[in-house]
Amino acid sequence: MTMLTIDDVHTYYGDSYILQGVSLELKPGTVVALLGRNGVGKTTLVRSIMGLTPAARGRILFKGADITRMPTWRIARAGIGLVPQGRRVFRSLTVGEHLQVTARGTGGWTLDRIVNLFPNLGSRMRSPGGKLSGGEQQMLAAARALVGNPDLLLMDEPTEGLAPLMVRDLGQAIASLKAAGTSILLVEQQLAFALRHADLVYIMSKGRIVHRCTPAELSADTETKSRYLGV
Amino acid sequence: MNFWAIQTLNGISFGMLLFLLAAGLSLIYGLMKILNLTHGSYYMLGGYVGLAVMRASGSFVLALLAGSAAVAVLGVVMERFFLRRFHLQELPQTMLTFGFLFIFADLALWVWGGNPQTMAKPPLLAGVTALGSLNYPTYRLFIIAAGVVVALMLWWFQDRTRVGAMLRAGVDDEEIARALGINVSLLFSLVFAMGAFLAALGGVLAGPIMGVYPGADFEVLLLGFVVVIIGGLGSLKGALVGGLLVGLLDNFGKVFFPEFALFTIFLPMALILAVRPTGLFGRE
Repeated sequence: MTMLTIDDVHTYYGDSYILQGVSLELKPGTVVALLGRNGVGKTTLVRSIMGLTPAARGRILFKGADITRMPTWRIARAGIGLVPQGRRVFRSLTVGEHLQVTARGTGGWTLDRIVNLFPNLGSRMRSPGGKLSGGEQQMLAAARALVGNPDLLLMDEPTEGLAPLMVRDLGQAIASLKAAGTSILLVEQQLAFALRHADLVYIMSKGRIVHRCTPAELSADTETKSRYLGV
Repeated sequence: MNFWAIQTLNGISFGMLLFLLAAGLSLIYGLMKILNLTHGSYYMLGGYVGLAVMRASGSFVLALLAGSAAVAVLGVVMERFFLRRFHLQELPQTMLTFGFLFIFADLALWVWGGNPQTMAKPPLLAGVTALGSLNYPTYRLFIIAAGVVVALMLWWFQDRTRVGAMLRAGVDDEEIARALGINVSLLFSLVFAMGAFLAALGGVLAGPIMGVYPGADFEVLLLGFVVVIIGGLGSLKGALVGGLLVGLLDNFGKVFFPEFALFTIFLPMALILAVRPTGLFGRE
């Protein structure tokens, strides 16, 4: 069974026709990278999966169950963790409170394990989210998704605006998540970062999936890279 | 000397009633971005229901609980069956609350008539309490104490409980709170219940000193908005400080410049807005 199946999803944002028939599959325990330029619909796809901008047509299956029109909070509780674009930590909640309000289920993500994975957070438990550095906020955004013990993690541009050292730390965190068997849909702008961690790559352009390959294939494919990613 | 102490205590006790009203107004706006024009009606209906229960049972405690609880149910019904359909659509929501304001005003007029009515003070609180050389009405001291207790409970709830933290998460970023599995819709109902309960509590508490009368809904709504504008929308601390400030300003205004009473509230409000457009404790 697949972890996530997106089957011919069409999504509108107001009057704009954003997702024009997206299909994608993610197998358990794998990391799938979703690449593409700005504005091609990557974040809208993430929002459609979470039910924040529900799909108008098509189906989204999570572990075989149809979640296309479920309320967002139920989708989250079914086992999908979101690390949103722009981090969006709760500025008035302390780090400790972040990890408290979203803690749920039993999948082994205890507070101790989280602090092990993100050592910086351990010393900032009492700091409000709004007072953290960008890197700390990114770690917190990942940590608060993990304490919900998700089977699938959606990470929307986690490296955006991070210093190289923080990107390296985040990469280590993703590697250990992967080793622990967490499935990840990784939306990225940084090609090198995505290629290092992904098992499979999908490329989006103008609301459609236009290419699907392995990281090694994409590395060698200069034409696809320049055509769809501008590198 | 006594004059100042008495007027200050009068202002503070009225300020506590305004705090009870404004706390809900502020919480509801903070979480749901709804300007609830029905909030003054909760206060008035709380007073009427409390009065009816008081007359039927003779128990002030029962009047407080029944008045507040009945109006809390009303608030939840409004939220669940009407406002929820127009989530984040400001104009329809405001119009709905505006409509309910008139419906409740007319219903109250129909059921309880147009004459102002006063609730009897509970015998235990009917006398005066000696504060040094000062004899001050016990009932007003009771209102102040009730306000302090509610403020402490709200602070504890918001800052020290998991549900309180969820509420703040919803205020900070409603979408992400949902996406992390928090049932924000349930929080909406909870906040409406709490807000209506507190406003109605204020209405019952005000019964023995200010009476219950048609038009009280508009009057306190106006003052409630001044409180949240001064204190900052979405902030409980703002509701408390703003409530006390407006209570004192209103009281001393009426004492010193009875013909300009509203002026003494709106001028400071304008000044505070000029310096801090978000209010004393508002965000952004």
